Amino acid sequence: MKKAVWAVLVAGLALIFAGSAMAAKNDTGRTVEQIKKSKEIVIAVFCDKKPFGYVDENGEYQGYDVYFANRIAKDLGVKVKFVPVEPAARVEVLDTNKVDLVLANFTKTPERAQKVDFALPYMKVALGVVSKESALITAPEQLNGKTLIIVKGTTAETYFSENYPKVKLLKFEMYADAYKALLDGRGDAFSTDNTEVLAWAIENPGYKVGIESLGNLDTINPAIKKGNANLMKWLNEEIVKLGTENFFHADYEATLRAVYGAESDANSIVVEGGKI
Amino acid sequence: MLSSEILDAVSTSFSVFFQGKNFIRLLMGLWVTISIAAVSVVLSIFFGTIFGMIMTIKNRVVRILSKIYLEFMRIMPQLVLLFLAYYGLTRSLGISLSGETASILVFTLWGTAEMGDLVRGALQSVPRHQYESGMAIGLTNRQIFCHIVLPQTLRLLVPMSMNLVTRMIKTTSLVVFVGVIEVVKIGQQIIEGNRLKVPTCSIAVYAVIFFMYFFVCWVFSLLANILEKRQKE
Repeated sequence: MKKAVWAVLVAGLALIFAGSAMAAKNDTGRTVEQIKKSKEIVIAVFCDKKPFGYVDENGEYQGYDVYFANRIAKDLGVKVKFVPVEPAARVEVLDTNKVDLVLANFTKTPERAQKVDFALPYMKVALGVVSKESALITAPEQLNGKTLIIVKGTTAETYFSENYPKVKLLKFEMYADAYKALLDGRGDAFSTDNTEVLAWAIENPGYKVGIESLGNLDTINPAIKKGNANLMKWLNEEIVKLGTENFFHADYEATLRAVYGAESDANSIVVEGGKI
Repeated sequence: MLSSEILDAVSTSFSVFFQGKNFIRLLMGLWVTISIAAVSVVLSIFFGTIFGMIMTIKNRVVRILSKIYLEFMRIMPQLVLLFLAYYGLTRSLGISLSGETASILVFTLWGTAEMGDLVRGALQSVPRHQYESGMAIGLTNRQIFCHIVLPQTLRLLVPMSMNLVTRMIKTTSLVVFVGVIEVVKIGQQIIEGNRLKVPTCSIAVYAVIFFMYFFVCWVFSLLANILEKRQKE
């Protein structure tokens, strides 16, 4: 009887996975008209990644991505519903139509572009590596044999596992845990987008960004469901239109200036009108 | 000198609760946790009791099927089940559940399996001669169940199911992965929001969350104690 139980269990599991693999549905998400008609756009944002997407002490969504999201909703004439998302779930929420749009510091990569469609960029970043000032890491080769902390599903994870396989990766689901691990000395360094580590290092004396720009210069783009040409067209026109009024510089002043300091240069991060 | 420094550090790290609505937000998160757990627990006890009775039926097919269900729910990590309910159902069947519904569905399915096994164990632990004695004095099946089996089963079930209930409450912290903001996630938002200004606040936030969970689970074990005592009288 035990054998029979196992056989049926395995068969059942196989069925479930086959079912999810066959999910090649042809729907491409909601069009602009459908969104307008429902009077609500659903946007996935981070809820714990200050200053890009976070929830403030009054329970309100704030940040660079959220500022942009609110403008999109205003220009569409609809309300916005924010859905909190973890980094690794950003493709999945689009794939399963849980949201119309992802504005969650989503770096455009060729791998991701196969699964979702990216509109014009609104920000640019490279990787940065932060470590203890007393044991500063200034070149990625120094990390060979050492432990590097990263967050699952970020570009840092793919970059280091492809280019520096000798680096031991300590992976976390959440940024809060990754930073805590670095402070607790569970790794020698932490790598993610340079904007993020730069802001963190300013506030944490004793830690310094030894590598400010690593890997390719990446762009951060709004992501939508694969094949949603209708929403893509509207988004790209919107981004170009916003460029003429320097919208993203205003966004920078409102959300990022306080974090990166008075001397920081908005042009090193902001992309206007989709032109790098 | 040193103690005043420690006091200072502690008071700064606890100061995050007085910013804006932070403490109320945390309590609201706890409410989300409790309500998801409560709905799932009530449904689990209801379906679990039925499932447990079904498991005692002496039929090969029924026994194999219920065994498969039980083992499946036990072996699969709750996180995987949550992903299957939230993303998997949408992908394979086109059914899109909200994060809350998916969580309640998974916790109910899991709770039903575990509760069912507890009920089965409790029912089967009632010795054969108890049934036979009941029959011998001319009780109907219904009377045997209500007056002989049920009281003995409940006495065994109460402490074991309280254990399951507290486990379910604690496991709700996984629902954040399907986009439900509950107490742990709000705690993390507060920590993240202050990570540059008050980096030490994580200890304070986690300490408060610890006491919140402790208090909720403690209430349940108090309840269980009262119930157990009442039964003994």
